[in-house]
Amino acid sequence: MNNLIEIRWHGRGGQGAKTASLLLADAAFNTGKYIQGFPEYGPERMGAPITAYNRISTEPITIHSNIYEPDYVVVVDDTLLESVDVTAGLKKTGAIVINTTKDAEYLKQHLNGYEGEIYKIDARKISLETLGKYFPNTPMLAAIVKVSKVMTDEEFLNDMKGSFKHKFAKKPEVIEGNMKALEIALKEVEKV
Amino acid sequence: MSIRERLSGNEAAATAMKQINPDVVAAFPITPSTEIPQYFSTFVSNGTVDTEFVAVESEHSAMSACIGAEAAGGRAMTATSANGLSLMWEMIYIASSLRLPIVMSLVNRAVSGPLNIHNDHSDAMGVRDSGWIMLFSENNQEAYDNLLMAHRIAENSKVRLPLMVCQDGFITSHSIENIELEEDETVKKFVGTYKPEHYLLNDKEPIAMGPLDLQAYLFEHKAQQAEAMRNAKKVILEVAEEFEKVTGRKYSFFEEYKMEDAELVIVCMNSTAGTAKFTADKLRNEGIKAGVLKLRVFRPFPAEEIAKALSKAKAIAILDKADGLNAVGGPLFTDVTSAMYVNNVKVPTVNYIYGIGGRDTKSDDIEKVYNDLQEIAKSGNIDNPYRYLGLRRE
Repeated sequence: MNNLIEIRWHGRGGQGAKTASLLLADAAFNTGKYIQGFPEYGPERMGAPITAYNRISTEPITIHSNIYEPDYVVVVDDTLLESVDVTAGLKKTGAIVINTTKDAEYLKQHLNGYEGEIYKIDARKISLETLGKYFPNTPMLAAIVKVSKVMTDEEFLNDMKGSFKHKFAKKPEVIEGNMKALEIALKEVEKV
Repeated sequence: MSIRERLSGNEAAATAMKQINPDVVAAFPITPSTEIPQYFSTFVSNGTVDTEFVAVESEHSAMSACIGAEAAGGRAMTATSANGLSLMWEMIYIASSLRLPIVMSLVNRAVSGPLNIHNDHSDAMGVRDSGWIMLFSENNQEAYDNLLMAHRIAENSKVRLPLMVCQDGFITSHSIENIELEEDETVKKFVGTYKPEHYLLNDKEPIAMGPLDLQAYLFEHKAQQAEAMRNAKKVILEVAEEFEKVTGRKYSFFEEYKMEDAELVIVCMNSTAGTAKFTADKLRNEGIKAGVLKLRVFRPFPAEEIAKALSKAKAIAILDKADGLNAVGGPLFTDVTSAMYVNNVKVPTVNYIYGIGGRDTKSDDIEKVYNDLQEIAKSGNIDNPYRYLGLRRE
């Protein structure tokens, strides 16, 4: 892993992109890393485009600005491809991970000629199968861990199990579904 | 042993308050500091602290309740931002002139108008001459550490002044980052119990606080306040030294980053100092002698020490996250340049107003400042010392 990995999340208010960025920060912290997890706050409302960020490093992080040249971009809602320049500044050596069922041609058309790797995953299907509801952030979290390799699958799953136990202490019935969503997402994220 | 954790700046401030366990917390919610009293109120409900939490109806009342509690002989804390601090204005001066060592967490945000919820330092700069000690924090760690040191400084019998700990709204208040926390017992022992010398609930010494104070005495009382602020300098260093012994983390009036041989120096406060350090490192790799002076203690203003630290630079940029609106420059610029003049330090110095209303400050912006300084150091020419950074010109 590089010394500093920078990740930008694009989602819509209510989909949990901010929570996912905080969960990723948590997981990376638990594997001994220095982390930052922060959303870009705007006029928040359900459905509005939102951005969140992660920095993950083996050394202390001092920079305090938004991320303009990310190593990775996560798109939690593919309708954003029509309205937001999601690949802005994205490094060629990096990758973009999109929650979509659209085909390669459509994706390439909407990524401004991005030359790096493109990954896709059907987070809606996984979420509905495992949780019975549409919470795309859980599968997307697993997908970015897989693609960015910030930690191994095993480290990630072990850590998330602990996090979910804590987070869902009052509704333990959803832990299994969330873990299942992560496991399937780790397998199903695919290169376009 | 320190505890490795990850917390947002607001969580860090609330955690410090939990460990300090003050007698009274009175607060009214305002973005971006709302989470501090919110988290703290859960500590009260859970019985983690035995603080009296006063959910007041305005910030004016929040500061009034703190004044009442502190005058009675208790330890009082609050948190606010921007317009919340504006609404406290009248009571801010009363707190300091009654010599009540109240501690406030100020999560810096632009003061309206027009309405903006994001970070700049216009709120803090509005009260810079109100007689409060003002500490600035680069990140969650410093927000936490400054709060742990706050009461020791404020309550010292040679000081007895209120103190505010500033951090950048959203940029650090809402960013999760690594932090080293201290054990509850360590904090309890370090902060100690508050033993006020004079207080209203002391039935052995009936006193009045805040009565009429006209031509015969007000001047003398103000001079005493000024003296207390001068005394605070020594106390701040003593407390920092003791804090270092306990935690291993070193604090002073300011942090000098790569300043030993620095030719081009940026002076700034709060989170931008981190971005400036990041950029200075990058430029150092290219052979440019860049340095950063990050001011922690803005009030009392360590004029002589700053002037000395800047005396060997070839060009200096002072970054202000609040405009002076005075046709001269920002408050940090006018303070630092006046310190340099009085202490016979003559180095070309320019001012940049930046980050107003949450405008993001990138490492590219900081690099542009260092580039400008390189030109200034070479030519010695400054056309206009009152500049903007990141302002759109179209």
